[in-house]
Amino acid sequence: MKTIKLQLEPLTCPSCIKKIETRLGKMNGVEEVKVMFNSSKVKATFNEESVKVEEIKETIEKLGYPALN
Amino acid sequence: MLLKINKFKNHITAIAGFLLVLALVTHFMDLTVLKQAALLITTVIAGIPIFIKAFQALRMKVFSIELLVAIAVIGALFIGEYVESAVVTFLFLFGDYLEARTLQKTRSSLKELIDMAPQEAVVWRGGEEVTVEIDKVEVGDHVIIRSGGKVPVDGSVISGQASLNEAAVTGESVPKMKSKDDKVFSGTIVDSGYMEIIAEKVGDDTTFAKIIELMEEAQDSKSKTEKFLDKFANVYTPAVVILSVLVYLITRDLHIAITFLVVACPGALVIGAPVSNVAGIGNGAKNGVLVKGGEVMDKFSKVDTIVFDKTGTLTKGKPEVTDIKVFGEYEEEDVLRLVAQAETVSEHHLGRTIVKKANEKGMELSIKPTNVEVMKGNGIHVTIGVNHLSIGNKKLMDADGIHIKDEVSAYAIEREKLGNTAIFAAIDGKIVGIFSIADQIREDAVEALTRMRKNGIKKMIMLTGDNKHTAELVAKKLGLDEFHAELLPENKVEWVKKLKEEGHVVAMAGDGINDAPAIATADIGLAMGEGGTDVSMETADVVLMADKLMQFSHAYSLSKATIRNMKQNTFFAVGTVFVLLAGVLAGSVHLASGMFIHEASVLLVILNAMRLIRFNHRNIERERQVQVAEV
Repeated sequence: MKTIKLQLEPLTCPSCIKKIETRLGKMNGVEEVKVMFNSSKVKATFNEESVKVEEIKETIEKLGYPALN
Repeated sequence: MLLKINKFKNHITAIAGFLLVLALVTHFMDLTVLKQAALLITTVIAGIPIFIKAFQALRMKVFSIELLVAIAVIGALFIGEYVESAVVTFLFLFGDYLEARTLQKTRSSLKELIDMAPQEAVVWRGGEEVTVEIDKVEVGDHVIIRSGGKVPVDGSVISGQASLNEAAVTGESVPKMKSKDDKVFSGTIVDSGYMEIIAEKVGDDTTFAKIIELMEEAQDSKSKTEKFLDKFANVYTPAVVILSVLVYLITRDLHIAITFLVVACPGALVIGAPVSNVAGIGNGAKNGVLVKGGEVMDKFSKVDTIVFDKTGTLTKGKPEVTDIKVFGEYEEEDVLRLVAQAETVSEHHLGRTIVKKANEKGMELSIKPTNVEVMKGNGIHVTIGVNHLSIGNKKLMDADGIHIKDEVSAYAIEREKLGNTAIFAAIDGKIVGIFSIADQIREDAVEALTRMRKNGIKKMIMLTGDNKHTAELVAKKLGLDEFHAELLPENKVEWVKKLKEEGHVVAMAGDGINDAPAIATADIGLAMGEGGTDVSMETADVVLMADKLMQFSHAYSLSKATIRNMKQNTFFAVGTVFVLLAGVLAGSVHLASGMFIHEASVLLVILNAMRLIRFNHRNIERERQVQVAEV
């Protein structure tokens, strides 16, 4: 189990939270997702064996939110 | 490509705005073709970012507000309402821009704090000064800080002295003098002077890094109101979609159905409560009060009973030996030396006060005590050389079966009535002296307590491990409702439990490790402590970084203001939605005007929350000026 924090560009609409949380939550190996709206970060806990950080990043980017780090 | 469009969103918004004005001008000049063209181009240009987001969401099979707007715009184009399609796309982008700008303001408090983080440090490496990046500093490094420089890590001063602005950690901008053996915190700034420190905590372990971490978590930890609103939005959004379908089926009017769909988007509803929280928590952070999240704000605002620890909370917690009275054959010097030697092993603040007194007199305390036995809350037993010592309160003497003569007892009571703590020292079963130690009430205690009472606290209780007489004196001076003395840490927990069972909402304020259990038991636990200790920062719900009771009072009124603000926003948002929906059904609100009111309501709740950033600003400024004048 590993937890990462990804910094996104400043989030403005609260509906983004739902969007990201729902989509990431459906990913295989992702245990817990929390979008920290006010600091514009995504905190994700995941199983390293079944999913890679890169994949999580890619999914978020596909939703239209580039990760900064 | 997609990212680029995102980047130029502001330009797109500006161009769309310009085209809309052009359309208005051509409208008055009766150039219908030009007007329609301008409106169409506006729709297309402003629509691009919206459609991209909508498409992305659709591809990932998640719901998004852009999708709703996209449907509405296509619908509007379909029925030939070019004005509406242009205005709606523009307003959506423009609203987004304004929201980003204003949200930035509500988030600014935390951003300012993060910006105070030091970037580099000057350290001694291999006999010379080198400037290194902040994450290259290690524990034990010898760090140099000059005037104007930032303290890069937590540590202790080993030489030099400087006046430090600790606002980043304590919220207090009045500079403080620091010299040898004083603790300094990462993020604080050397106003003037020079010092060298040894790094004790680096990277994510520093107090400053922990504050940032806590604040980030706090801003996004949801209050009950927010959780409720989230659930509401979860039901509400699909309900609106179904309703709009129903509206279409009944009225057979696509226009009304689409307007209904867009206007009913729960924008202000979703954002109303969180912005209040963020602004409130931000205000706290700026003033040295860490409130851990919306739930804490909510509960704190309902508190009606406060339980205080005495030492270090209501009093300064920096006691001094005011008198040493000897009984028997030992000289004052010898009693002090022996007792101080014994107390070198003690963690208790009263013990340390005695050691400090001996140090001040330049005494050598090199003999290590043996057979150390700490009687928690009562005192210690040790052996020094051939002597067996018992040092502590009256209970310890009684427990050890040490006889207390009437004159000794009378003297102790007399000292206690004067506000001292009397420490009995016995050597080989005979009392040889009494140490009087006194701790002064904080200067801001009376004012802070008066204000909190005015703001709605009904009951104030003091719980202390100290003796009855001292406790009574402090309680009387501060006008407390109740006090209970000679308690152990677990007794404090019992008291807090009892108060909770009686139906009070209890806040417990304390310092240090011994209060941690009671702090954890209370509805709201407050930790006082300069810079905060790790334990208190983790167990407490609210941390007062500058060690001031006025911060407590500020935090309390802030929580009430935040919750009030949140309620205003919620009522306003719910009200707006109902008015809009009714308006749509009655036919008096159209797509464009509905969108306008919708965006305006979102902005209004943000603006309302922004008032919290400056909450109590004037009072705090005034106080600071008085303090600076005193300094």
